Amino acid sequence: MSTGAAGFLERYDSVLNALPGDSALRAAAADAFRTVGLPGGTRGRPIEAWKYTSLRALAETKFHRDAAPRHEAETILANLPLLDAPRIVFVDGVLRADLSVMLAPSVMPGAGPASTPSSAFSVARFADQADFGTLTWPDREPMVALNTMLAEDGAILHVPAGHDAGIVQLISIATSDADFHPRHTIRLGENARLALVEIAAGQGAYLLNTVAEIHVADGAALTHVRLQNEAAMAFHVSTTYADVQAGGTYDSFTLNIGARLCRTEVHAQLSGAGAAAHLNAAQLLVGSQHGDFTSVVSHTAPNCQSRQTVKNVLAGRSRGVFQGRIEVARGAQKTDGYQMNQALLLSPHAEIDTKPELEIFADDVKCSHGATVGELDADQMFYLRSRGVPEAEARAILVRAFLTEALDAVTDETIRAWLENAVAGWWEKLAA
Amino acid sequence: MLEIRGLAAAINEKPILKGIDLTVPDGEVHAIMGPNGSGKSTLGYVLSGREDYAVTAGSATFNGIDLLDMEPEARAAAGLFLAFQAPIELPGVNNANFLRTALNAIRRSRGESELDAVQFLKLARAEAKRLAMPDDMLKRNVNVGFSGGEKKRNEVLQMALLRPKLAILDETDSGLDIDALKIVADGVNALRGPEFSALVITHHQRLLDHLVPNRVHVLLNGQIVRSGGPELAKELEKRGYGDLIAEAA
Amino acid sequence: MAADTETLDTVQSVTQSGYKWGFETDIEMDIAPKGLNEDIIRLISSRKQEPEWMLAWRLKAFAAWQAMQEPQWARVEHPPIDYQELHYYAAPKKKSDGPKSLDEVDPALLAMYEKLGIPLKERAILAGVDPDSVENRQVAVDAVFDSVSVATTFQETLRKAGVIFCPISEAIREYPDLVQQYLGTVVPVGDNFFAALNSAVFTDGSFVFIPRGVRCPMELSTYFRINTRNTGQFERTLIIAEERSYVSYLEGCTAPQRDENQLHAAVVELVAMDDAQIKYSTVQNWYPGDAEGKGGIYNFVTKRGACRGARSKISWTQVETGSAITWKYPSCVLQGEDSVGEFYSVAVTNSHQQADTGTKMIHVGRGSRSTIVSKGISAGKSNNTYRGLVRMLPGAANARNYTQCDSLLIGDQCGAHTVPYIESRNPTAKVEHEATTSKIAEDQLFYCRQRGLSEEDAVGLIVNGFCKDVLKELPMEFAVEAQKLLAVSLEGSVG
Repeated sequence: MSTGAAGFLERYDSVLNALPGDSALRAAAADAFRTVGLPGGTRGRPIEAWKYTSLRALAETKFHRDAAPRHEAETILANLPLLDAPRIVFVDGVLRADLSVMLAPSVMPGAGPASTPSSAFSVARFADQADFGTLTWPDREPMVALNTMLAEDGAILHVPAGHDAGIVQLISIATSDADFHPRHTIRLGENARLALVEIAAGQGAYLLNTVAEIHVADGAALTHVRLQNEAAMAFHVSTTYADVQAGGTYDSFTLNIGARLCRTEVHAQLSGAGAAAHLNAAQLLVGSQHGDFTSVVSHTAPNCQSRQTVKNVLAGRSRGVFQGRIEVARGAQKTDGYQMNQALLLSPHAEIDTKPELEIFADDVKCSHGATVGELDADQMFYLRSRGVPEAEARAILVRAFLTEALDAVTDETIRAWLENAVAGWWEKLAA
Repeated sequence: MLEIRGLAAAINEKPILKGIDLTVPDGEVHAIMGPNGSGKSTLGYVLSGREDYAVTAGSATFNGIDLLDMEPEARAAAGLFLAFQAPIELPGVNNANFLRTALNAIRRSRGESELDAVQFLKLARAEAKRLAMPDDMLKRNVNVGFSGGEKKRNEVLQMALLRPKLAILDETDSGLDIDALKIVADGVNALRGPEFSALVITHHQRLLDHLVPNRVHVLLNGQIVRSGGPELAKELEKRGYGDLIAEAA
Repeated sequence: MAADTETLDTVQSVTQSGYKWGFETDIEMDIAPKGLNEDIIRLISSRKQEPEWMLAWRLKAFAAWQAMQEPQWARVEHPPIDYQELHYYAAPKKKSDGPKSLDEVDPALLAMYEKLGIPLKERAILAGVDPDSVENRQVAVDAVFDSVSVATTFQETLRKAGVIFCPISEAIREYPDLVQQYLGTVVPVGDNFFAALNSAVFTDGSFVFIPRGVRCPMELSTYFRINTRNTGQFERTLIIAEERSYVSYLEGCTAPQRDENQLHAAVVELVAMDDAQIKYSTVQNWYPGDAEGKGGIYNFVTKRGACRGARSKISWTQVETGSAITWKYPSCVLQGEDSVGEFYSVAVTNSHQQADTGTKMIHVGRGSRSTIVSKGISAGKSNNTYRGLVRMLPGAANARNYTQCDSLLIGDQCGAHTVPYIESRNPTAKVEHEATTSKIAEDQLFYCRQRGLSEEDAVGLIVNGFCKDVLKELPMEFAVEAQKLLAVSLEGSVG
C-alpha cells in the first residue's frame, strides 16, 4: 500500500461500500481530498491555513490498518488521569463498550455490570445514526475531507432540552501503528448543560484524525475540555465545528502536551443573538514537537461575545503555531471579540509562529487582539532570585504562572484541578 | 557585617557608582541619602546582584564572604534582603506560595527543615497581622493590583518572614502615609539586634524619626561625600543638597 | 443610533464630490505600441540610451516574469489584467534630445504641474503652508510624467553638497557603477510578479545618493503623474545613504479621471549604511475610481529598505487615499546591529476601493528594533486590509518590535481586516502586537455636534485624531496636504 494521500485514497476505494452514512457526502470529500492532498505533501499547492504546519512527515509514514494491537488498551486506560464520571472509550477508533462505564445498557450492549444508566444524556453510535457533515467544510479542510472519507465509528452524544448531564468523558486510546478517523456529534437541546472532557492518549506511531460536530441550542452551555497527551511518535489532528444558537455558550479549553505533531482546529460559529464562545488553549512543547492551535470564531449574529487566551510554552527545538481568526459578518452588530495569545520561548532553538486575524464586515463592533512573544521577564526572575529562590525553581514558578492565566479560564474547579494535575508531569519532561 | 571598598559600577557602559567606601558594623542601621540619580538604588541592585549592572572596580564583602561573585539567590540565602523601590508584579503567582517557596529555599540553605503549608500559613498570618495587612493579600497574586502602600508593606512582610541579616530598604517610605510609615519602621525595628543591620535608602528625614540610624551617608554623583550621625539627616532636611552639590563642584 | 442613521442618509444623499486632480493634459506624445515582449524592452532600453548591462538585466527580469503568476494571497479582486493591452512607454515629444533647462520644457506641462501645485520653478514651496514658518525651506522636485522624468529642480545646489538627485535613467548613464552596485540588491529582479515586471520595463524614477557624513540640505521630492490612456507606469526609485548621512524623501502621485483602470507597478529600493538615516514619506493619491467603482489605478508596489549598517534607520510613512486597488508593503530588512525600522501608515478606502497594505520587518541583526503603527479607515463599500510580517531570526538577539493596528469603520457596508504574521526564532527577542477595530463613537460625534461642528467636520476631526500618531511623522508640507486629503477622501461617505 502507498503512503500519503494516495494510500488513504486506495483505502477509501477498497472500503467505500462497507462504510455507513451518506455515500455521496463521502464521495465528494474524497474528490476534495484527491485535489488538495495532504498539506505539505507532494500533491497540490500550498494552503494558507496550513502555512506553518506541514504534514510531510505524516505523508511519509506507513500506517498498518490491519496490524494487531501492540499495546494493551486496559493498561493505557488504567494509567490515565480519569475523573469519577461516565466515560465513553474508543480504542483504535472503535467504541469499546466493555471499557466504557455508566451508560444506558440499551445503547451499550455488552457493557460491564458497573454501568449505571444515566437519563440526563444518551449515546448512540455513529454507525447507527449516520447524521453527519452538516457543519463541516471538507472542501476547505483536507483533514476533514480525509475523516469524512474514512470515518467508521464515533459517538453521538445527546443531552435533551433542560437537562444537566454533568461531566462526561470521551476517551481515545491508540494501541497500534495505524490511522483512526473517529467522527463525533454532540447535541445539546435548549438550556441543556454538559461538561465534556476529552482525553487522547496511546502508544505507538499512529494517526488520530478526529472530527467533532457540536450543536449548542438556545440557552444551552457546553464546557469542552481537552487533554491531548498522545504517544511521542503519534500524529494528532482534531477538527471541531461548534454551532452556537441564541444565548448559548461554547466554552472550550485545549491542553496539548503530547504527540510528535499536533494540529487542533476549532471553528466556532455564533449564529444566534447573544451567543458566546471561549476558545482557550495552552500548548507545552519540548524536544522536536510541533503543536498547532488554529481557531476561527465566526460572528454571524448580533450581540455575541468571544474570548480567547492562548499560551504557548516552548522548550527544546519545539515549534508552536497559533492561528486565530475573528470573523464578523455583515449585520453582526454589537459584536464583542477579544483574543490574546502569548508565547514563551524557553530555548534558543524553539520557534513560534503566530497569526491572529480580524476580518470585520460590521461597523458597530468592538474587536481586538494582542500578541506577545518573548522569554521570561528579567525583572521577575531577579525579584524571585533576590528572595532566595534558585534559578531553576524561579523559572518553573514563572512558567507555571504564565500557564495559570490560561488554566484560570476553566471555571469548573474539579476539572481545573484535574488539568493542573495533568500538567504536573510536564515539568519533569522539561527538566529532563 | 558589610564592607564596601572602592566599589564602582556601570550600566550600559555608563558609570553610576564611582568608588564607594562604606562599612556597616553588626547591629547598626545606616541611612543613605542623596538627590535623584546619585546612585542610591544602583548601590542596592549591585549589592543584591542584578545582572544588568557591571561592577567595574572594588569589592563588597558580607560577613567576610565576597558578595560580588555570588548569584542573587545565594546572596539572599546568606541573609541579604533588598526591599525594592518598585516591587515587581508576578501575575499568576500566588503571594503565599511565593513566600513559602522563598522561605523554604532559604531555610534549606541554612540547613533548617522546610515548613509545610499549615505551618507556613500560621506564621505568615501572624506576621501579616502585625503589619496590619488583610489576610487576602496572601491569596492574591504577588503585587498584582496592589496599591503603592500595599506593595511596600508586602516587601516588609517578606523581610519579616525571611529574617535577613542585612536589609537594604530602597525608598520603602516613598508613597506611604504616616501610619503605614510607622508600620514599616516598626517592622524593621522589630528585627533590630546585634545580628541585624540595615541600609536605609531614603529621601526624607521622616522615616528616620521612627527608624533612628547610627550613621547617615550622603551619596552624590556615585560617591559618598559626607557621613555623620543622625543629626546630618536633620540638617539635610533643612538645607537641602545645594551646599553639598556646590562643594562637590 | 440617530447619528448613525443620519450619517448613512447623508452618505446616500451626497454624490461623489469628485477627484480634484482628475484633469487630463493634452500633450503630443511619443508612445510605444501596445504589448510586452523582448522588442518592447529593447525599445525602452534604446530610447533611454542604456548601456548593454542594463538591457541584459531587463531581459533577465522579463524571463523571470514570464515564468511567474500574479500573486493571489491579497484580499483584492479585479478582472484579469491583459498585460498585452498596455503601452509600456509614453513620453512627451521633445523638441530636441531633451530640455536643457526648464525654459525648454513644454509650457503645457509646466502649466499642468502648476495646476497640481507642484513647483518646478526653483523658488516655490509646496502650497498650503504658512510661508513665514518655512521661509528657508526648499524642496527639490523630480517630476515624472508617464514614463519619463520631465524636470528635476535644485540639482545644482544639491550637487554642491555632494548629493546626487536625478532621474534614474540619467543615473544609469552618468553613474553606472553606483547603479550597478545597488540596483536589484534590495528587491531582486525575481522578487515577486510585479517587481519582475517593473524590472523589465521601468522607464524612469528617481535616483538619490547621499555621500558619507552628508545631511541632505533640503527635502527631496518626486511627483508622479500618469496621463496617457492605456499606459502603465513603472517607476523605479533607488536611494543610497552612505555612512552617517541623512535624507528625507517625499513622494506624491495623481492621475486623470478615466473609466478604465490603469496599472502602476513601482519598485523602491533604499540602502542605509552605518548610522545613516532615510525618511521616506508618501502621499498616494492616484485616481480611486468613481462612486460605482468604475476606473481608478491598480497600484501594485514593492518598497523595501535594507538597513545594512549598524545603527542605521529607515522610516516609512505613508498616507494612502487613492487607487482602486492598493497592494503595497513597504518593508525593512534590519541587518545592521541596533538598526531601526519604522512603518507609519494611514490607509483610507471609500466607495469600492480595495487596499491591502502593511509592512514586513525582518530582524536579522542584534538589537534591531522596529515600530509599526497602522491606521485603516474604511467607508462606503470598500475593503481595507492590514497585512504585516514581523520575523525575528535566530541572530536577532534582544531585538524588539511593537505593532499597533487600528481600524475604523464608517458605515455597515465596508470591511476592515487585520492579518499579522509573527515569527520568532530567538527567545531574547520581544514582539508585542495589538490591534483594535471600532467605529466612531456616537457620543464623540454628538459631543462635537453639540459644540456646533457639522457632522462632516466632526468626522474629519475625529478621523484626524485617529491618525495623529502617523500624521505627526510626516514632514510639515505633506502633513498639511495629507490632512486635507483625508477629509476629501471621506467626502460623500460621511456627509
